[in-house]
Amino acid sequence: MIPAAFEYLRARSADEAVQQLTQHGPDARVLAGGQSLIPAMRFRLARPAVLVDINAAGDLDYLRVSDGALVIGAIARDTAIERAPWIGETRWSLLHDVSRVVADPVVRQMGTVVGSLCHNDPAGDWTTVALAARAVVKVRGKNGARDVPIDQFLVDSFTTAVGEGELAVEARFPRGDDRTAGSYQKVERKVGDFATAAAAVQISLDANGAIRDAGIALSAAGPCAVRVEDAERALKGRKPSADLIRAAAEAASRKSEPNGDLRGSVEYKKHLAGVLVARGLRQALARLGVQA
Amino acid sequence: MKVRITVNGVLHEHDVEPRTLLAYFLREQCGLTGTHVGCDTSSCGCCVVVLDDEKAVKSCSMFAVQADGHQVLTVEGLAQGGALHPIQQGFWDQHGLQCGYCTPGMMLTSYVLLKHNANPSEAQIREGLAGNLCRCTGYQNIVKAVQQAAQTGVTSQEAAVRS
Repeated sequence: MIPAAFEYLRARSADEAVQQLTQHGPDARVLAGGQSLIPAMRFRLARPAVLVDINAAGDLDYLRVSDGALVIGAIARDTAIERAPWIGETRWSLLHDVSRVVADPVVRQMGTVVGSLCHNDPAGDWTTVALAARAVVKVRGKNGARDVPIDQFLVDSFTTAVGEGELAVEARFPRGDDRTAGSYQKVERKVGDFATAAAAVQISLDANGAIRDAGIALSAAGPCAVRVEDAERALKGRKPSADLIRAAAEAASRKSEPNGDLRGSVEYKKHLAGVLVARGLRQALARLGVQA
Repeated sequence: MKVRITVNGVLHEHDVEPRTLLAYFLREQCGLTGTHVGCDTSSCGCCVVVLDDEKAVKSCSMFAVQADGHQVLTVEGLAQGGALHPIQQGFWDQHGLQCGYCTPGMMLTSYVLLKHNANPSEAQIREGLAGNLCRCTGYQNIVKAVQQAAQTGVTSQEAAVRS
């Protein structure tokens, strides 16, 4: 399985990448970690005529907490999150969890967060987490940059809001306060397999212990990661309880529209989506010292 | 396209098509067949090599052009001056292999694992090797091999060899 021939361009900076992408328009694809794109090219599921390799663009290699957000540059690897000194803080627990279950530990050394968002696999991990955490992606073109909220960024399976000649340069994950916690729950047949089902949960409590904000999203439950608005609405403003968790789980099961395959039937996966949301909520609450 | 890649300390300069995968560059252009190709699609870890002494990468899922100007360590570069690397010694002593097909990838993934965590727990070793498949050993002896390598102090021995 050898990929189709392509022209290889190495971008030394974000600006250079945008120039190259603009010049080659629809023929060009961005090569970041390559852990999804290269296997897809080997299967000839992808046949880009031009690859713009951004791995040498040093100005895209960063991970910093600033302006109330974690900012992840386009070539920051999954392992950078996994090993970040602040990853043990409760407010980042959703990212903590996902950073340990994306693909496998070797793939994570090359794979990138922003690349995973751009790939927008229906069973992706980062897309699901980005929805629950309400991330924003900065997309740069020749006429400047725009910020795209993740709900608008994820358009359809393997399709995002990144247009021709544009580059997703960074993703921003809002920094929660110290009453914010999350959880990522993933069931997979083995490490590195696509999720049978997965749920990302992030909640913030107010001073009275009620849920101020909730982000709930599912993976492998539709054409791309899906937000469970019904569950978020049900939780908001309420004190955590077993009944409330059950209601959120039921909303997740209803929202889930999985494909039946070797990993499980539609019925099983819909049920699992609810179970994982409930587990995620209980774990996130436990991380805030609340039993429900 | 011309690439210059330092493999096990030796500069290799070759003309490659951009679509040449690093695994095939190493095997066919450099003649270093210790890098094995298993699944060929980033699932099995047989082809793992070390990039710039810091990242374990699946060389079936990286183009050789991406390694241009970089350092690659393959299994052939582990032993120094005829002496087995502590990780190799661990696999030898603990019988960490049967058919040997996954072994180069296992050892190079372990190399980076120990670089970032010189004293891993058994659970951390198992987690760290989760991207490498072995169909013979049942993993028990592989884990023991890495534990032995950690105990014998990979870092200090490496420092001694390199100084």
